[in-house]
Amino acid sequence: MAQLAAVVGVGQTKYKTKRKDVSIAGLVREAAQNALNDAGLGWNDIDAVIVGKAPDMFEGVIMPELYLTDALGCNGKPMLRVHTAGSVGGSTAIVAASYVQSGVFKRILTVTFEKQSESNAMWALSNPQPFSAHLNAGAGGYFAPIIREYVRRSNAPYDAGIKVAVKDRLHGAKNPLAHLQLPEITMKEVEDSPMLWEPLRFLEACPSSDGACAMVIANEELVAESPGTPAWIRGSAMRSEPTMYAGREEVNPQAGIDCAKDVYKQAGISDPRKDLDCAEVYVPFSWYEPMWLENLGFAEVGKGWELTMSGATSLDEGGDIPWNCSGGVLSSNPIGASGMIRFAEAAQQVRGLAGAHQVEGAKTALGHAYGGGAQFFSMWVVSSEKG
Amino acid sequence: MREVAIVAYAQSDCQRDAGAQNEVELIMPVLQEVYKQAGLRNVQDVDFTCSGSCDYQQGAAFAFVSGVDALGAVPPIKESHVEMDAAWALYEAWLKIQMGMADSALLYGFGKSSPGELPIVLSQQLDPYYLAPLWVDSIAFAALQARTMLDQGLISEADMAEVVARSRRNALQNPHAQLKGEFSVEELLAEPMYESPLRRHDCCPVSDGACAMVICTVEKAKEWGKPYAVIKGIDHRIETHHIGSRDLTRSVSTELAAEAVGVNNGKVDIAELYAPFSHQEIILKRALNLGDDTVVNASGGVLAGNLMMASGLSRIGEVAMRLIAGEGKRGVAHATSGPALQQNLVTVLEAQ
Amino acid sequence: MSSAAEILSQEFTLGYTYTRSTGPVVGRFLTGLRNREFVGIKGSDGRVLMPPMEYDPVDAAELSEFVSTADCGEVVSWSWVSQPRDAHPSDKPFAWALIKLDGADTPMLHWVDAGDESAMATGMRVKARWAEQTKGFITDVNGFVPESVALVAEYVANEAEEPVSGIEAPIYLKYQFTAGQATARYLVQLKNGKLVGQRCPSCSNVYIPPRGSCAACGVPTQEEVELSNKATVQSYTIVYIPIPGNPIKPPYVIANLVLDGANLSFLHLLSECNNDDVRIGMRVEAVWKPEEEWTHAMENIKYFKPIDEPDMPADQIGKLKEEGR
Repeated sequence: MAQLAAVVGVGQTKYKTKRKDVSIAGLVREAAQNALNDAGLGWNDIDAVIVGKAPDMFEGVIMPELYLTDALGCNGKPMLRVHTAGSVGGSTAIVAASYVQSGVFKRILTVTFEKQSESNAMWALSNPQPFSAHLNAGAGGYFAPIIREYVRRSNAPYDAGIKVAVKDRLHGAKNPLAHLQLPEITMKEVEDSPMLWEPLRFLEACPSSDGACAMVIANEELVAESPGTPAWIRGSAMRSEPTMYAGREEVNPQAGIDCAKDVYKQAGISDPRKDLDCAEVYVPFSWYEPMWLENLGFAEVGKGWELTMSGATSLDEGGDIPWNCSGGVLSSNPIGASGMIRFAEAAQQVRGLAGAHQVEGAKTALGHAYGGGAQFFSMWVVSSEKG
Repeated sequence: MREVAIVAYAQSDCQRDAGAQNEVELIMPVLQEVYKQAGLRNVQDVDFTCSGSCDYQQGAAFAFVSGVDALGAVPPIKESHVEMDAAWALYEAWLKIQMGMADSALLYGFGKSSPGELPIVLSQQLDPYYLAPLWVDSIAFAALQARTMLDQGLISEADMAEVVARSRRNALQNPHAQLKGEFSVEELLAEPMYESPLRRHDCCPVSDGACAMVICTVEKAKEWGKPYAVIKGIDHRIETHHIGSRDLTRSVSTELAAEAVGVNNGKVDIAELYAPFSHQEIILKRALNLGDDTVVNASGGVLAGNLMMASGLSRIGEVAMRLIAGEGKRGVAHATSGPALQQNLVTVLEAQ
Repeated sequence: MSSAAEILSQEFTLGYTYTRSTGPVVGRFLTGLRNREFVGIKGSDGRVLMPPMEYDPVDAAELSEFVSTADCGEVVSWSWVSQPRDAHPSDKPFAWALIKLDGADTPMLHWVDAGDESAMATGMRVKARWAEQTKGFITDVNGFVPESVALVAEYVANEAEEPVSGIEAPIYLKYQFTAGQATARYLVQLKNGKLVGQRCPSCSNVYIPPRGSCAACGVPTQEEVELSNKATVQSYTIVYIPIPGNPIKPPYVIANLVLDGANLSFLHLLSECNNDDVRIGMRVEAVWKPEEEWTHAMENIKYFKPIDEPDMPADQIGKLKEEGR
């Protein structure tokens, strides 16, 4: 029943610690305009705009899409704002796709952003309220114990995280838009970087970035109006579970497992490592690569780190299933956009437009995002083939 | 288009201050009520769940995350959230049903506005360089709009008072309403100005609460054997944020949405309009081209109690329940967001 | 089940001074204000938009043609605020107004100091009252006044030469926060030196701190269960960075602890041990502050410290139910 839909335009900003040259509207507009340019379209060609971002406290503008209406050429059109924590970039892409897949709209624009330099990420994510959790050591403080439990269970070597930190930065050095540009990074440099939340070191954590990411999604009829190869949306899925409940599996969350199964089924994928050519997966802390390799079915439980250590996920080492060729969240992290960047980079790979970080001949790719206490998941599979 | 049925709807009382009830405690009773109405055990019995809320209402990031605690989302569920009124959560779910990804959905909206100074909190949804630093409160925009209407002779103060008098009177029949009573237009006009030309009663009150709804395909509603109302059309539009570029006497985005869903393709028996200020009900009636034969805001509307982030969904639920109860054959529900009706959603519903 | 909970309420401020970059258009307008002049922008249809928009409201074009206007004009609409709020730009009654400056085609929103509502009228002429010291911010216009009002001001020259490219926006919102019923009950007991969780009526798991619901089952929880001071380390991290506003010096240990009889962990500090000795499964107990310092907060427990009991196997942590259930 769902109509076919494809990504026909992708636009991103350069990711930086501070984009001091633009207003919030200017930042968002830059990505949106780039997406329209990529799709060979103008503002009048867009039927609706779907906006996503993480908590409004980052910029201190409540429901900023109201103010962004004019920057996004949305006067007189439908606009919707999604917020599903860190997974929001991915969820927004999925909601945006549903505008077209439902048959209600022909072509839409979707944009996500964060201008984190306007405040402080740690403050914005966990501004203290009376009578609430008394201890807060940031996202790293929350995820580090979960990583420790993963290491205990899997007997992973101490440097599996370090390997991911190096690999993703080397990938990022091939992506001119990536925030961190560390082409000379070494295992030793990561290992010697300051410990923040043991076992996570400074260079094993994501940066805080300003940036925006946009996509144009069109139905089958209008795909041909844009140049180049479209990225057909072959499957999309979302799953949520509560942050905390008795017996919750935090290392290998059920919501992630279910979400992956759902999206693979839609896309006809039986063995993700074999059937996918690459993946853009939300890895804000190095160890989440081996953990998600298992959660997403690329490796058996307990064996994700072996895949990482073998170089299978590395473009430079000629791995068979490169992960995060764009440099991933470890190289650029405007939180509200980070999920959409994964989805958009997956699209760029199958469109053959990923430039120096292109996986040769990539046809099918996974985009993945997660948020909250690793409880909200969104994923899509895109392909150069309609299916 | 697949026809979508509303099979259950519940709203909490509009309370000025829900005190020691947190979001989860506000949501849970309305969820239990819609499960009961629809004959569901829990959230696991629907295909999709979507909610609407705003972090700044209570002043904490991720308000909706605690909302998930009320659901029983184990095993994990297909769930999403809009940082908007839950009417737009309904829209998101409606799209999911159109594309065949879901046959049923649970929706809820919630808000606890009492902890903050709402008109000032909402000043921060304005342009962050030109308006938010002046702390232009949400009432100011409405007041400027009302003055423009009065100056142009499009409404009178008595027209505004008449809207309020009818809201208060209708609210007498609504157990969830916060403000109700018999007031004459003369009594209301004798009240002092608040932010002139608005009197306090021209402005909706601040309320805490939640609402929930279950929708599904018509086939599913029949399978469940539940009475229902049908969503015949739903559309939403936004307009410029540049206040000086807007014709404040009209709601252009409502007009566009109304046209898109064919509001005037048939007689409208009942309408629920999200008009937080009395004069806006008149603007909306005109934008929707509703005549005197349409019963408007039989619930009292949001002037009788305004659950920010839930009121829009509540308008749709109110119309659906009235159609199910046989109060009419065709109804229109409207939701709004932003300063002076910047963004609007219009739904056309029909009785089974 | 205990009696109705005490209502715990406390004021707090959600606030940050945001640093905003303006981009060229907003920056040009604010630079103008700093120089006590208004700069609008020409829209796609030739109208002069005030304040200047970066993008045209009709055709979304990027705009760049600046146009200077007068600093006086006509009130198009207004609203009288008889009781200003704390955040408002004036502490005495004032008007919000849409003001069409001479030379602009769209009105802008600002405020008017007219003294009394009777001095306000649609169509009246007003002029900007410039701040004595400007800084490139919307409040450089210290409101408008009726054109007939004589302004005597000693302007402080602004020496800045660089165009405005950023502003500081202090946004501090006050909230009167009230704890939920379950939290209030829990905190009241904590003030009495007791750790009291809640049991789910459906799956019988025990939650502490209780949230008023079992997130897994989606049902309200009410039955209260007093738990012991002993707990097991489910996992932990050694933190090397300071917590904002917290006096503890790094490195320190934050552990996920499961109290005996509970089925869910919470975070707390671990102390009185070598950080290197901490391990999953380690048994610990609460070290309370002196009773006179107890309040409605988990900080009543200073930290947890190791006790001389054998480690709990990792797969049993949090899984043990109370005997007989």
